[in-house]
Amino acid sequence: MVQVKNTSHPTRDAYGEEILALGKENKDIYVVDCDIGKSCKTIPFAKELPEQQVNVGIAEQNACGVAAGLATCGKIPFVTTYAVFGSMRMVEQIRQEVCYPKLNVKIACSHGGFTPANDGASHQGIEDMGILRTIPNMTVIMGCDYVSTKKLVRAASQHYGPVYLRFTRDAVPDIYDEDEEFVIGKAKEIRSGKDVAIIATGEIMSLALVACDKLAEEGIQATLMDMHTIKPLDTQAVTKALKECKGVVTVEDHNVINGLGSAVCEVAAELGCGKVKRIGIPDCFGESAPYERLLAKNGITVEAIVDACKAML
Amino acid sequence: MADQEKVLRLEAQAKEVRKEILTMIHTAQSGHPGGSLSAADMMTALYFDELNIDPQNPKWEDRDRFVLSKGHVCPVLYTCLALKGYFPKEVLGTLRKESSILQGHPDMKRCPGVDISTGSLGQGLSVAVGMALCAKRDGKSYRVFSMVGDGESDEGQIWEAVETAAKYHLDNLVVLLDRNRLQNDGTCDEVMPNGDLVAKFTAFGCQTWEIDGHNMNEILDALEAVRADQSGKPKCIVAHTVKGKGVSFMENVVQWHGMAPNDEQYAQAMKDIEEGF
Repeated sequence: MVQVKNTSHPTRDAYGEEILALGKENKDIYVVDCDIGKSCKTIPFAKELPEQQVNVGIAEQNACGVAAGLATCGKIPFVTTYAVFGSMRMVEQIRQEVCYPKLNVKIACSHGGFTPANDGASHQGIEDMGILRTIPNMTVIMGCDYVSTKKLVRAASQHYGPVYLRFTRDAVPDIYDEDEEFVIGKAKEIRSGKDVAIIATGEIMSLALVACDKLAEEGIQATLMDMHTIKPLDTQAVTKALKECKGVVTVEDHNVINGLGSAVCEVAAELGCGKVKRIGIPDCFGESAPYERLLAKNGITVEAIVDACKAML
Repeated sequence: MADQEKVLRLEAQAKEVRKEILTMIHTAQSGHPGGSLSAADMMTALYFDELNIDPQNPKWEDRDRFVLSKGHVCPVLYTCLALKGYFPKEVLGTLRKESSILQGHPDMKRCPGVDISTGSLGQGLSVAVGMALCAKRDGKSYRVFSMVGDGESDEGQIWEAVETAAKYHLDNLVVLLDRNRLQNDGTCDEVMPNGDLVAKFTAFGCQTWEIDGHNMNEILDALEAVRADQSGKPKCIVAHTVKGKGVSFMENVVQWHGMAPNDEQYAQAMKDIEEGF
C-alpha cells in the first residue's frame, strides 16, 4: 500500500546506496565528485571503487566537462553535487558539452528545494528543475522517497542520454514498498478519484498523500499522481486528469515558475481545457529555518492542498 | 632535428590548409580566419603526421583524440579532416550553411572526426581531461591533444582542467596553446593580460615547452620531445603565433578574428599564401 509510513530517509542516502550497487555491477558507472561527496553520500563509492571515481575539487564546471569526456569513451558518469551548483554553476557546460551532443551523463544533485533548510537561500535549489527542463535532450527526475529514488537512479543509469536527478538533504517519509516499479516519463497514479486531481513531484508527496486521504474522509475523491519525471512530462496522464477531474492542483518544493506546475499549465493551455492551481514556492527565496516552517511560510501545507482541491469543486 | 623531407612536405601541406580555410570562409562569407591561420601549422603537423587516427573508422576506440577547445577556429579543423579523407573536400563549401555537417562551431553528431562538440570557450580542455583519464583507467595507450587559445585562457575553467590533469598524472594529454596575443575586442594585453603562460602552465603542473608555432622544425621537435618525456606530467606546448598568419593584411589585425574576406581580399589572400610575402 502506498502510504505515509512511520520511517523516513534522506533520498541522498538512497542515491549513495544505489550508485554504489550500480558501480559494483557495472565498471563503466563513474562518479565525478566536487568535494561534497560526504554530503552527497558518495564516499562509500569512492572508497570501494576508486578506479571509477574522480574528485575534481570545488570546480563544478570542470566536473561537467570531465564527465562529458568520460562519456565519449563509453563511461556512464554521475556528476555529483548540490542542486544549486548542478543546475546553475555548470548549466552552460551541461548545455554545450552534455545535452547538445546528447552524451550519457547524469547530473545527480542533493539538497533539492528547501531541504537544506538551515543552510539558507544560497544552498536551497528552488529553480533547478525548471532551468534543466528548458534544455533540449534533458530528462528531469525527482523521486519522492527512499524506494522511488533508488529505483529511479537505477532507471537513469539504464536510460541513454542526459538525466538530471534531484535528492533531498533531509529525511523525508517513506511512501513506497520495496517492490514498487518506476518507469521514466510515466506518472504513477497512487490514488484514484474523479473529483479532483493532485499532481505532485518530489518529497512533498507525503503532504499530498495526507491531503488526499483527508479529502476522502470528507467524501471527496481525489486522484494523486507522482510525477517523478517532469521532463519528458507524462502528458497523457496530465490530459486525463485535466479532462476527467474538475480541476488539478500541482504541488512541488520548487519555484512555481517553470517547474511541475508550469509544465502542467502548458498542457492545459494547449488543450484549452481544465483548471490548474499551482502550489509551490511563490517566486521568492528561502532563508535559514526549519524545513517544515519554510514549507508552511510558502503555503506548501496539507491544509493548503485540501483547500485548493475544494476550491476546484 | 626533424627529418627535413617531412618538414618540406608538411610546410607544403600547411599552405594548402591555409588556402582551403580562406576559400571556405570566403564562400560562406562568415567564419573566423585569424585564429584558424594562427593554428594552421600546428594543426597540419598533428593531422598529417602526429595523430594516430583512421579516417575510415572515425570512432575507432583506440584512436588519438583531438579537442578543438577554441571551437570557433573550426575552419582549420574541417580542412584537416577533409584533406585526410573524413569527408569529401567539396563539403568544405557548405560551411555554416543550413543542414551542413560543418556547423559554425564543431558538432560531433554531424561531422565525422569531431571528437566533441565545442564552441563555448574554456570547456573543451575539461572534456579532453575526461578522455585522457579514461585512457589511463582503461589501460589504453591513446593520447589526447587539445588546441587552446590564449584569449580562451581568460576562462577559469581552463585552469581547473589543468589542475585535474596534473592531479591524475595525465601524461597522455597534450595542450597546444595558440599564443597569438589577440582576442575578440583587442590584444590580450588590453583585454585581459595573460602574463607568462609558460610559467602559469608549469606552475599548474604541466611539463611545458615554448616554440615558434609557425616553424615546422620547432613544432615537430616539440611533438617529439612530448613523446619522449618521462616526467609523468600533462604536456603543454606554448606556441607563439601570429593571428592571420600568411595573409599580409590579416596578420596581427584584431578585426580578422571573425570576418570573411570579400572577393578582392580573397584574391589577395590566396596570392599571399601562394607566393609568400
